[in-house]
Amino acid sequence: MDYFLSEEQKMIVDLCKKIAQEKIKPVRQHYDEIEEFPWPIVEEMAKTDLFRIYIPEEYGGLGGSIFNLCLAVEELSKVDGAIALCLAGTALGTFPILLFGTEEQKKKYLPDIAAGKRLTAFALTEPQAGSDATAIKTTAIKEADTYRLNGTKCFITNAGEAEIYTVIALTSPGRGVRGLSAFIVEKDTPGFTFGKKEKKLGIRASPTRELIFQDCRIPKENLLGKEGQGFIVALKTLYVSRPGVAAQAVGIAQGALDEAINYARQRVQFGQAIIHFQAIQHLLADLATQVEAARALVYSTARMIDADPEKRVTKESAMSKLFASETAMKVTTEAVQIFGGYGYMQEYPVEKMMRDAKITQIYEGTNQIQRNEIALALIKESASK
Amino acid sequence: MNIIICIKQVPATTNVQIDSETGRLKREGVESIINPFDEYALEEGLRLKEKFAGKVIVLSMGPPQAETALRECIARGADESILLSDKNFAGADTLATAYTLAQAIKKINPGGGSSTPYDLIICGKQAIDGDTAQVGPGIAEKLNIPHICYVRKIEEIKDGMLRVERLMEDGYDILEMKLPALITVVKEINIPRLPSLRGLLLAKKTKINLWNAEIINAEKDKIGMTGSPTTVKKIFTPPARKGGETISGSPEEIAQKTASRLKELKII
Repeated sequence: MDYFLSEEQKMIVDLCKKIAQEKIKPVRQHYDEIEEFPWPIVEEMAKTDLFRIYIPEEYGGLGGSIFNLCLAVEELSKVDGAIALCLAGTALGTFPILLFGTEEQKKKYLPDIAAGKRLTAFALTEPQAGSDATAIKTTAIKEADTYRLNGTKCFITNAGEAEIYTVIALTSPGRGVRGLSAFIVEKDTPGFTFGKKEKKLGIRASPTRELIFQDCRIPKENLLGKEGQGFIVALKTLYVSRPGVAAQAVGIAQGALDEAINYARQRVQFGQAIIHFQAIQHLLADLATQVEAARALVYSTARMIDADPEKRVTKESAMSKLFASETAMKVTTEAVQIFGGYGYMQEYPVEKMMRDAKITQIYEGTNQIQRNEIALALIKESASK
Repeated sequence: MNIIICIKQVPATTNVQIDSETGRLKREGVESIINPFDEYALEEGLRLKEKFAGKVIVLSMGPPQAETALRECIARGADESILLSDKNFAGADTLATAYTLAQAIKKINPGGGSSTPYDLIICGKQAIDGDTAQVGPGIAEKLNIPHICYVRKIEEIKDGMLRVERLMEDGYDILEMKLPALITVVKEINIPRLPSLRGLLLAKKTKINLWNAEIINAEKDKIGMTGSPTTVKKIFTPPARKGGETISGSPEEIAQKTASRLKELKII
């Protein structure tokens, strides 16, 4: 499908393809096995300006396009969805600053983030507060010129490696989501430590850890937006970040589909390559159609965000994340099936893709929450007619 | 430190087609790339620039489409580029090419208050299409500067001297020479970087200096086909070596059979 990409967008895709093929592909299995942060690759991403894509020019970026970020994440994810998350996870941690940061906060943090010198992470989830943000227990109590943070965040992508954290915490306990506020917390702030590193089914090159705050005092200037705006910060961040997860899912799906087609052309059973069997042909045809449909939905949503950043994209954003992640799970599972016994083995790339795909149905809002968002938007639209 | 990198745009395949009548490379319809060995030359130049400051100037002789290769060098961090393009340059052998590039290098003046227009010229060890490895040393001779080929490492640059490791078949030599000088590099020297997005955007807009024979004061009878004393007589693929003779058996048998065979062949 021709999506009529601009010359600059084609450039991003070409460069990311090179990084994926030349730098990531040779090491993807290694990082999946050792479960370590792929710093050499992240440095390569920084040198090639990938962290600049989604940041406005005035802060050292290349324009701040969500669509361009999606193109990069998709291309990297075709080879490794986990390593692509180093970029996407940093974008997620940066969006609160982009959307709600003051000029001062933007000037202080964005140039380093754009240069890839400092990575970021977004911290909303807690052990007891996943889909239900009202259950957040981490507190940020104001004391003169500081906020004092106490509590634990869990399942935080890039945790430990990132240097800038955007954290959602309660400034007015008892007021529910209206009592939530967003903060910037820098690594090495006294009272801020990291808990255990999770062992995961997939995306193993991407670290997932706990953030522990014990009387962690941060300057009051680190408040993002106003007190009580924390829930809005989180929601708006997710609206713009979800197409990134969707792009990751499309990339993983496309990567698995390409592997499956190649394998089917080579694998000979009953005297012929298995791609000559209609059972395989129709399956591949369905998968390819679904991947293309997912891509079209993601690109449209991302373009919509770029065209008018103020526009509400709750529904479209949820739809693209829902559809693309379901597609990724389906395509990777079928890719393993097409590979047969070989597909189940770690020597071949598709089992990892299947493990990596699963998270896209869960994080940044489970697909059940996406359906809630879509349904709520449908009801609102209908009621306002 | 000002560095000049000489690059060549070559067909993207090692399987080049050769015109059987003229004996020259067929370039039409083949995707073009920067000669891979020249990528190492560019990377080494960029690393020296990052260490010592200065400018990296990329020079190439070729048809107008060689501009693409020069833009790619800009995307990776080169400061300026010059394309030597003139129909009178066409058909040059290694001697005429070395002369043309040397004439252009004499014209380069990167400014910046340095005493010499350049400190170092870096070339790839050879081009993957012609495989002659003659142009680099040829340029040095024409410019009357020292050169070292097959450099695998730059050890030190100090007090106007350059110390390098030269790759040999059975090890390496450590050699020193005075700057300005020319080196040709082998693939062991570095891992070339990828271009950056900002570099790519800049490369799209950047001006490629286009120089012809007149600009570089080239003498007509020293360039192109006229200036080329060598011509390709015939191109052929040498016959593949036949497999050797295998002698098997117990060690005693092998020794005996080998000795008698050698006698038979009148070798011993």
